[in-house]
Amino acid sequence: MLEIKNLHASVLDIENSEILKGINLSLGKGEVHAIMGPNGSGKSTLANVLMGRPDYEVTDGEVTLEGESILELRADQRAHLGMFLAFQYPAEIPGVRPWQFLKAALDSKAESRGEDKMSVRNFSKLFDEKVEAVGINPTLVKRSLNEGFSGGEKKRNEMLQLEVLQPTLAILDETDSGLDVDALRIVAEGVNSMRSPERSFIVVTHYQRLLNYITPDVVHILVKGQIVKTGGPELALEVEKNGYKEYLDAVGANA
Amino acid sequence: MTLATSPAAVDKFSAAYESFVAESVSAPKWLKDMRQQAWDTFAELGLPTKRRGNELWKYTNLRPLAAADFEFSVGGSVTRNQIKASAPWDDVWNTLVVVDGKFNSELSNLHGTVGLNAGSLSEAISSGTGDVESQLASLAGHEEYAFTALSTAFVDDGAYIALDAGTKLEAPVQVVFVTSDAAVSRVSYPRLLVDSGDGSSIVLIETHVNLSESAQFSAPVVEMFAGDSSTIRHYRVQMENESSFHLGTTRIHQLGDTNFTSTTFAVGASIARNDIHTLLDAPGASCTLRGLYMTSGSQQQDQEISTTHAKPGCQSDQFYKGILSGKSHAVFSGKVIVMRDAQKSEASQKDLNLLLSRGVEIDAKPSLEIYADDVIAAHGATAGHVDRDTLFYLQSRGVDEEAAKAILVRGFAEEMLNEFKPQALNDFVERITDERIPVLLAESDSLGTT
Repeated sequence: MLEIKNLHASVLDIENSEILKGINLSLGKGEVHAIMGPNGSGKSTLANVLMGRPDYEVTDGEVTLEGESILELRADQRAHLGMFLAFQYPAEIPGVRPWQFLKAALDSKAESRGEDKMSVRNFSKLFDEKVEAVGINPTLVKRSLNEGFSGGEKKRNEMLQLEVLQPTLAILDETDSGLDVDALRIVAEGVNSMRSPERSFIVVTHYQRLLNYITPDVVHILVKGQIVKTGGPELALEVEKNGYKEYLDAVGANA
Repeated sequence: MTLATSPAAVDKFSAAYESFVAESVSAPKWLKDMRQQAWDTFAELGLPTKRRGNELWKYTNLRPLAAADFEFSVGGSVTRNQIKASAPWDDVWNTLVVVDGKFNSELSNLHGTVGLNAGSLSEAISSGTGDVESQLASLAGHEEYAFTALSTAFVDDGAYIALDAGTKLEAPVQVVFVTSDAAVSRVSYPRLLVDSGDGSSIVLIETHVNLSESAQFSAPVVEMFAGDSSTIRHYRVQMENESSFHLGTTRIHQLGDTNFTSTTFAVGASIARNDIHTLLDAPGASCTLRGLYMTSGSQQQDQEISTTHAKPGCQSDQFYKGILSGKSHAVFSGKVIVMRDAQKSEASQKDLNLLLSRGVEIDAKPSLEIYADDVIAAHGATAGHVDRDTLFYLQSRGVDEEAAKAILVRGFAEEMLNEFKPQALNDFVERITDERIPVLLAESDSLGTT
């Protein structure tokens, strides 16, 4: 599904700002990979670079989705190929309602694939179903996108978008940060209900607790822009117990 | 003639004034005197210039207007369908149509609503209806400045609306000011006089459109008298073609416990100035002034908004939003004056702008002049651009950059568009906005996104 080879990335237009220093990762169809690491390890950068955020510059390496190179594509084109990024800090957009925005997103995707746009009636039905499934307050989605939403409501709204857009590769960038246990469970249930042999996930997280609810197939430990260890779900438990110190020491960084 | 002659551009209007005087021998003496006085003032002032010390016109370049020539005449025929196609319309509304400054009863759609006297200003003047003689040009007379002087010199017709005390109208009343379709450039001085009786309430839509492609000059003057405890919900739609000039003056006199709310939708003309002043002249009066302006090309849009708190315990609120693209220029000049007696006043001012290209200019200057000591006042202005993080968020969902920008611009306008409550009016301003956004974006650049 997704192949990352020797990926290097820096902050755009800033010298010596390399954050990702040669990432290699192979994600199979239907797999869930967790990427764990301490603050400043480059987890969020990796998630954003994969989605094509223009603030970063890829200086070396290759990323392919289903065999096709994606690094030259804009974020919207990557989305049309089935990619999705759930943001750590979703933007607040005054005057734009989630309904309206998601309809535009689906229309744009349909257009790029030469398919018919979904009718307003069918979309409304789908939207209402997903609102209920995600457990988001229906009055909330009538308001401006994320404006005045609590941290938990914003994350639920990201799950709503995930449900409506039905991507084949979903990247969750610290979607668990700022969530209470109930909200965490809802996010996890959203992800779990969407797990399928056709859909892959990359779950970026600092803590192990989200992984109590979403059992990953593979766990990668990212430190200082490199994956220093890859293992099974047990690796997450180990990090929970021992922290990142041994990995930081191994790459010569200060803990 | 050159602009060096002083006062500026008076000669252009003098022949028209002389023939106008010659044709109106039968006018009542008070009116003739008023016109002559106003003409004398205009002849002394000339068109405003950006000369040093002329603070009110510092940011407004009227040279293109001063350089143009206009005919003062009544134009060609206009059909109801042309008006319906270019202005908001609902058959349920009482609609008054004023063509090239003249009230047109055939194009108007009046229902004989009880308690509402709506029709020609000229007729109201000649029949001495209500307080026309004492009210006309009393709020916007010749003393004030060149355009009210010019308008008053040519005051003749327009629309007159009076509400009997206690009349609460359900359906809106609209006044459409239209210039007819013609190759010739015309000047018109339409007027609207509104006298709302004690305890009355009205929703009033004031629409300015032109059917001509050529440059037209309109200097409309609107005067409203809000009787005790009356409510006026006013909307102003200003959308002439982009070679025209709109120098509009609106003056409102508010008595006790009155509520005046006005929302402007300003997208038209080459040079447009929407000058609104509310006088809160008795305790408990409140006014809310809102507006959305959108400019592109080389358009210039001025919002000259002022409120005077003359008596204690009044409230005012000014809140405007602007979207600028191309090489356009907008001015928000919001002023609140709190007089010495006006204790317990509350005033707020806000102007937010979304700039879509590097070539635009916004001059936003909210200002407070406070002579009382017990006052709550706040003001602020911002100019921002499309936020790249927000843009990326939308793009990551599959919306391309152009569409994402359109969503953000529409979102910025949304809160003002929601102010337009009558359905047909709301549909109209939404449609015009949706048509304008691609024009604005076509002239936008990478400001904020690189």
